[in-house]
Order: sequence, then C-alpha cells, then structure tokens
Amino acid sequence: MSSIPFATDLADLAPVAVAGPFLVAAILVTALPFTRRHVELIAALATSLVVALCVALLLKALHETGPVVSRLGGWQPRPGGVVVGINFTFDSLGAALALLAAVLVAAAQAFTLRFAAAVGATFHALLLVFLGGLVGFALTGDLFNMFVFFELMSVSAYALTAYRIERADSLQGALTFAFTNSVGAIMILFGIALLYGRTGALNLAAVGQALAGRESDGLVVVAFAMITGGFLVKAAIVPFHFWLADAYAVAPTPAGIVFTGVMSDLGIYAVARIYQTVFQAPLAPHAGGVRAVLIGFAVATALLGAVMALGQDHLKRLLAFVTISQIGLGLIGVGLLTPDATAGVALLISADGLLRAGLFVCLGAVLHRCGSVYQSRVHGAGKAMQRVWPVLFTAGTLGLAALPPFGAFWGKALIEGAAADQGYGWIPAVFFVATVLTAAALLRAGARVFLGWGAQSTSSSDPREPKAEERELEESRRRVPQAMLASAAALILAGLALGALPRVIDRAQQGAHVFADREAYAAAVLGRPIPTRPPVAAAHIGAFEVVLALVTVLAAVALAAMLLGRVRIPFTPPAGLRRAAERGFLRLRRLHSGQIGDYVAWATLGFAVLGGTLALAT
Amino acid sequence: MSFLPYVVAVWVCVIGLYGIVTSRHLIHAIICLSVVQSSTYVLLLAIGYRKGYAAPIFIDIPRSTKAVDPVVQALTLTDVVVGGAVTALLLAIAVQLDKHLGTLDPDELDPLRD
Repeated sequence: MSSIPFATDLADLAPVAVAGPFLVAAILVTALPFTRRHVELIAALATSLVVALCVALLLKALHETGPVVSRLGGWQPRPGGVVVGINFTFDSLGAALALLAAVLVAAAQAFTLRFAAAVGATFHALLLVFLGGLVGFALTGDLFNMFVFFELMSVSAYALTAYRIERADSLQGALTFAFTNSVGAIMILFGIALLYGRTGALNLAAVGQALAGRESDGLVVVAFAMITGGFLVKAAIVPFHFWLADAYAVAPTPAGIVFTGVMSDLGIYAVARIYQTVFQAPLAPHAGGVRAVLIGFAVATALLGAVMALGQDHLKRLLAFVTISQIGLGLIGVGLLTPDATAGVALLISADGLLRAGLFVCLGAVLHRCGSVYQSRVHGAGKAMQRVWPVLFTAGTLGLAALPPFGAFWGKALIEGAAADQGYGWIPAVFFVATVLTAAALLRAGARVFLGWGAQSTSSSDPREPKAEERELEESRRRVPQAMLASAAALILAGLALGALPRVIDRAQQGAHVFADREAYAAAVLGRPIPTRPPVAAAHIGAFEVVLALVTVLAAVALAAMLLGRVRIPFTPPAGLRRAAERGFLRLRRLHSGQIGDYVAWATLGFAVLGGTLALAT
Repeated sequence: MSFLPYVVAVWVCVIGLYGIVTSRHLIHAIICLSVVQSSTYVLLLAIGYRKGYAAPIFIDIPRSTKAVDPVVQALTLTDVVVGGAVTALLLAIAVQLDKHLGTLDPDELDPLRD
C-alpha cells in the first residue's frame, strides 16, 4: 500500500477520475463571471483525462484475479475483518462502465464543439459533474457513497434536461424525471438505512459478510426490494419507466447522447452489483424466486418498450422507448444471476450504449439539418443530407438488432445461453419479439426520413410528444458540421466493432466471474487472501444462436418493409382484431400521461408489486 | 427499544407519497417530496438512537461516555444537503414553468388536455 501522497499503485489514481471532473466543473463555474474562453477545451481535457484513467483502471482490473481495491486515505482494514474508511472497489466490469460513460461524455462534447453559443459553460460544468458522479458510482465499494454519487449524477441530469429553460416541455420533462427518480433515491436510502441498522456497516463487502452468516428474514427482503426498486426507477423498468421517454425526448441532444447511452444501464449495474456483493449469500436459498421476479419485470419492460417504440412519431422519443426495451433485455441477463449472463449483459450494454448514442447523434444531425425530429415533418427531408448518414443509421440499427458478428450479438447469445441453463428456455422468444419490433421501428423511421419511403402520416402523433418545433441551434442549417459526423461514426463503429476485440467474450466472462464472486470481493476489501477460483468454462456460442440472430434481423427488415407498404401482405388481418389492437395501444399510450401524480402512483405500485412478489418468492 | 420512530418514518413516507399523487399544485407536490425525504431522516436517526446515551461530541464529556451512533447522523446531514439541492432545483424549474404557462396546476399543465 502506498503512503499518501505518493501513489505507487495505479488503483490509487481511481479517486482522481472522480474528483477531477468535479474540480474542473467547479473551476468552470467559478470562472464564469470573468471569462468564457477555452471552456470547451478545458472540459474536453478533463474528459480526456478521465478516459485515459478509466482505460488504465480497466487494464489494471483485467490483469487481476480479484477486484481492485483503492483505500481512500490509506485506511487499512483492522485485523478481524473490520473495514475502516471508505474505499473504491472495482473489477473490469465497473471500470468498463466508467470508461463507457467517459467516452460518451467525450462524444457529447465533440457534438457541441461548434456551438459554444448554444451550450454555455454551465452546460459543460453540469456534464462534468454528471461524469464524476457516474464514474464514482461505477467504482465505489460503499453503499452510502453509491447513494451520494447516484444523487450527484441524478441532480445534474435533471438540470441538464431542464437546460433550455425557455421551453415549457423541457421543464416538464425534467420535473417528471426529477420527481420519480427522487422517490426512487429515497427508497434506496430507506433500504440502506435498514441494512445499516441490521449490520452496522456501509461497506458493501462488510454488509455482505455480516448478512452471510444467517438466513434472510423480512428485513433483508424489504431492504432488497427497496434498494432494487429504487435502482429500477433509474433503469426505467416497467412500471417505473414513464419518466424516461418524457425526459429523453426533451433533453438537449448532447445530454441525450449520454443519457440514452449509459444512464439507464447504471440502474441495472447497481442491481447486479448490490445483489452479488450484499444479498447473494442470504438470498441464495431463494435465488430461484428472485430470478423469477426480476425476469418478470424485465420481460414486461422489453415488450412494452418495443411496442411503444413502434408507435412513436417523435424520433428521440422513439429511441427512448428503444432504450427502455433494451434495458429490459439487459435486466433479463442481470436477473438470471449467473456470471455468464452478467458477462452477456456487460457486452450487451456497452455495445448497445455506444450504438444508441451514435443513433442519437444521427437524430441530432437530422434535427440540425431538417429542423425537426418528427417523422411526419421531416419525411424525405433527409435525402438532402450526405449519403453517409443513412448508412450510419442503418448500420447502428442493425448492430442494435444484434446482427452477427457485430455489436450486441455476443452479449445476446451469452444471455440466451445462460437462460437456457437456468430453465428459461423461452427467453430467446422475448429477445426475438423485442428486437424485431424495436429494429423495425428504427428501420422504418430511417427509411421515412432518409429515403422518403412510405405514406406520410400525420395522424399517429403521440399527445405526449413535445409540440413546439425544436430549434436547438440557431446557426445555418446548410450543412452538418464534421464534428457531428465524426462523433456519430466513431460511436457506431466502436459499437459494431466491440465484438471483434481480441478475446472480448473471454475477458467479459472473466470479469463477470470476478464480479459475481462474493467471497473474493469480501476477501479483497477485508484484506484477506483471495480464494482461488476454478477456471472459467468458455461459453459455447453455436450455429443455433447465429441462425436465430440472422432470422431476427431478417424478420425486422421484413416487418419494416411491410409497415412502409413496400411489401404486400398476403393476408388482411380481420378488422375487429386491428381495431382491438389499436384501442389497446391508445390505452397504453394514454397511461403515459406526463402527470407527476400518475407516475409516482405507478412507481408506488411498482414498489408494492416488487416487495410483494419478493416476499412471496423468498 | 421503541417501534414508534419506525412507524412515524413509514407514516411520513406514505403521507408524502399520497400528497404527491393527489397534488393539485406543483409547489405543494415539491413540498410533499421533501416530506417523503424527511422520512429518511427519522429512520436514520432512529436507527442510531440509544436511550440514555449522550450526543457523540466528546469535547466536554469523558471519552468513555456511551454515545449514540454518529455515522447515521453524518448520513442524515448528507441526506439533508441532497434533499435541499433537489428541492431547490425543482422550485427553480417550477418558477420557470409558471413564467411560461402562468399556472402550476397539474391539470393545466396536462399535455393531453388539448
């Protein structure tokens, strides 16, 4: 262990990746009355520093057999396993999530590069606070710190959403976002307080160790339900999901890039992290029940998000529902509670996060060039854009649809394999339906905007869609700046190429096995030797998964072509069925009312259902 | 050990949620959110409290005096700060919204209305 202030271990640099952005943000805001010069440059330098540090931490974590511990202030654990002080404890999965966040923030900054007038110094400062909170959240090993970083990130995200205070819909989106997420955060704190009351500890490893000795009881289950439910609000899992589409649709594009790419993913990361370190041992006898409950919520989310995505006219809102659906798919993997499924989730959320962020940049470019993001209003308007945009958009969509061997395919295949092992052989069907619907919605939107295909409809606009025309950037709309194109291309190519990294599946599996190893986590934090782990059996991804994925992509393309009227349907569905489906969809849409009261009521119901089903299951 | 503080904490939480759900005014809803937040203060302090123990400030009392848990008090302080930040931001948003729309009634803000 190093002596402060001379850090000899790379892990001791972890706090810099958290404190750095906060410090720079504070400097930017303090200097605001005096100078606005070089704001972008300073912010970009800070983000680059975080990216570099996260890469270093990721490499370090990949080389270790257990989690990496960085003890703030050099406080060593007392003999007998008492942790003093607060520490950062992370493995390759945590470091990778922090890296993803930093990369997306860098992309968002690149997006704003040419528009200093449109986004001021405050925006950059908020983005940096958001980044600091995110990185801290991904790296920390302490329950209460998790809560604090979570709140730091959330509050700056509310402010980013409401950044354009001259627009009423931005403010309303930020309000529903802030209310539902604050309720979630309060529930998390309730759960943390209960755990502290039971164990007298806040360190994840220490709490887990204290709970490991005895059987779970009502208090442990209630704490688990409250903490999990709170994080599911952030992850926008049904019925906690209502805020997400309202907020993402109105957030400024650079903020939306980061939100859609990484914010919801943090919610399911937290559920997995806390389950594996704290609740794994006491809930082990009831793992089957917990699995069923989490997967139930996840499947509902994946399907509802996909159906809603298909019915959106507003492109950002469409992508928001795609996000919801995909986080649902991610939660399926988390809910399976096995290391291989977790490895799949890690691959899935990093590839999908990059691709969704890339698509969001594409939407930003459409907005910039065509002045709107309503499919009905920009129908065919994308023809005037450079030909590379439709290509990027399609590539991103196919990556999201898990076209082998790109992007999300490996993660999806790992999750499906793990599901079959756990007796959830029907999970691929959920993946199939959700992926086909979301990909078809995106492909249809792309064909409408960039090619002018399909009938120009005006009737299907959602009442929750923002009404006013978006005028994000006041500059000339003649051409899209190269910085936008560069960040879209970089994000989408990175998302596609992720699966091609050397031994990426193998490494994700190794990381996930460290992630899920409670004993190793506790040993590393409490200063005991890390127990040796049996070697990880390589996951088998066979021809079946490849064929299934190809069929999924083909089905999505076929559905999109059908919806665009490019392909004649050989049969006409009975009128009664169609009307029933339309009425059902309208009812579903009406639930997304934009009312804070309704959303909080749904969230409360969600907590009740989660707690009730968990109580029954354990 | 009394159960009363825990009952109060749950009650305050539930009544605050009820207030948000049935609120007819945005400022009222924001205050209700801070009511929900206050339930966590009660809960945290209740967890650390021991009857007859001193406050955990050892300036003028012997070091060996039994004191209540200072950790939860630190947590409560942090929580108060977080709650203050959220409330301030929400109020600022409400003020802006009122400037635009001239009302803070959720039904008037209802985008489904027209």
